Amino acid sequence: MTAPAASRRAVVRARRRAALRKYTRSYAENRAGLFGLAALALAVLVALAAPLFIPAEALSVTGAPGERFEPPDAEFPLGTDTYGRSVLDLVVWGARISLTVGFLAAAVSVALGTVIGVIAGHFGGLASNVLMRITDWFLVLPTLVMAIALAAVMERSTLTIIIAIGVTSWPSTARIVRAQTLSVEARPYIERARALGGGHLHVMLRHVLPNVMPVVIAQTTLLVAEAIVMESTLSFLGLGSPGAISWGGILQDARNSGAISSGMWWYMVPPGLAIALVALSFTLCGRALEGVFNPRLRERR
Amino acid sequence: MTLLEVEDLTVSYRIAGGEAPAVRGVSFSLEPGSKLGVAGESGCGKSTVALALLRLLPKTARIGGTIRVDGEDVLGMRWGRLRAVRWAGASIVFQGAMHSLNAVRRVGDQIAEPILLHGTAPRAEVPERVGSLLERVGLPRWRARSYPHELSGGQRQRVMIAMALACEPKLIVADEPTTALDVMIQAQILRLIDDLVGGQGIGMLMISHDLAVLADTCDRLAVMYAGRIVEEGPAAAVVADARHPYGAALSAAFPRIGDPASRRAPRGLPGDPPDPADLPVGCSFRPRCPVAEERCAEVDPVLYPVPGGRSAACIKVRAEEPA
Repeated sequence: MTAPAASRRAVVRARRRAALRKYTRSYAENRAGLFGLAALALAVLVALAAPLFIPAEALSVTGAPGERFEPPDAEFPLGTDTYGRSVLDLVVWGARISLTVGFLAAAVSVALGTVIGVIAGHFGGLASNVLMRITDWFLVLPTLVMAIALAAVMERSTLTIIIAIGVTSWPSTARIVRAQTLSVEARPYIERARALGGGHLHVMLRHVLPNVMPVVIAQTTLLVAEAIVMESTLSFLGLGSPGAISWGGILQDARNSGAISSGMWWYMVPPGLAIALVALSFTLCGRALEGVFNPRLRERR
Repeated sequence: MTLLEVEDLTVSYRIAGGEAPAVRGVSFSLEPGSKLGVAGESGCGKSTVALALLRLLPKTARIGGTIRVDGEDVLGMRWGRLRAVRWAGASIVFQGAMHSLNAVRRVGDQIAEPILLHGTAPRAEVPERVGSLLERVGLPRWRARSYPHELSGGQRQRVMIAMALACEPKLIVADEPTTALDVMIQAQILRLIDDLVGGQGIGMLMISHDLAVLADTCDRLAVMYAGRIVEEGPAAAVVADARHPYGAALSAAFPRIGDPASRRAPRGLPGDPPDPADLPVGCSFRPRCPVAEERCAEVDPVLYPVPGGRSAACIKVRAEEPA
């Protein structure tokens, strides 16, 4: 009890570093999770750096650098599209929209789901019943149809896509968060917090939310994958922002220009692979995170 | 003024197919600066009484009677006022400090929680206040930065006590504060509680199944059985010479050190406490009572006064009384 505070703090810091190392190691044990993380890091890096090596005129419909539908060659490794733009440039640029929409839509969805789940779990009774019936209603509604309807009535923009995905994909999060809230609320420190004179908001924000976070984080990574696929679907169906380049949008252009019937594989395969790869990476990361937070899942593998 | 007044408190839980009375007409009062112990085996309703004092019972519980803290009726209180009284007026030291602390927050922040909630100190002074509270319970100041898992069981209970003192309440309810601790730490914690509560005009209600602990710390003692107080009086007298057969069995269950007779003949009480949903007719202790008679099935005894400022709920006590 006499050691100076500084060295005590060093001990605590060392312990925290050790805990972090433990988490890192348990994540690293999951090879698929590592692969997902690496692929994601690459995708994000490429998306961020895209403006550095792709000039604006290369993506312009009027001043395109190449001829229409050029097969892959030295100048255009993945050929050109219907306007003569490099498909490689398009796919790289498309990562920007796809990742942005994926992250933001997942954020909207997780935020909605968490708020509704915590409120339903905390208050119980009538509030829980009403909120959970609304959740069930959204859960059974065909998500795609709902998103199409929303995207159709609102202005065509990237924001619309984000909102459409966000408000249709929250129910599963709400259910998971509610279940976790119920289990946290049964713990004695919640009783203590109430005895302290803590109100509902205090209990929910200070005690329930931090304990629900691990579940929410794992759920977020899984939802990002879902949101990216959904964004591509909506863009492919022509509901995306007309000016923006996204993977789903490239696929739609390819279909419109008859790429499928004329066998122009370089126009369709790269964006399709990009969607599959990024969605898969997020899913792998999400599963690996779940394993870190819930050791029981790890043992079963 | 009387600090805590409980009159004819009843609590029943809604269960499948009816109601289970957990507390059946409990009355007691507590003066500032005094300590009352409540003893009884598991399921006798002692923790229910503690939680009822601050209306912390689950929604399925129905409470009757009156509870007055510092003259204010708790059961009729509005939500805002109730929140203000919780902790600032009366605080609780919970059993099982291990689980009553949130594992993901620093203990300093958790001690600061009631102070910030009730605004009893300016925000800037809170860390200083937390530090001095920790010192009062015998922990170094830097422990405020620790997480609950970095503390031992005794240290965690000290944190709970610091938290109970945070808003300087007039009443502290200690619900089995030493249950999960070994004897040495138990003695330390009890001495600490004694030091902090004694001589400051704080009233304390201490709940335990351990009669020896209560006899050591408390001025008066109430023994509960099946939702009722069956014996009440000065702590030492109740332990040494219980008038109710249940109280006698409870104190006989503890072996006396240095008494060979008690070592060779460990006594217990056969049977289990009755199911609250299905209480026996007459005296609820009758089926387990070693001295039960036929008339015990006819009368449901209430607390009868016994000389020496005591009372016991047994018809034999009444019979002894000169008419």
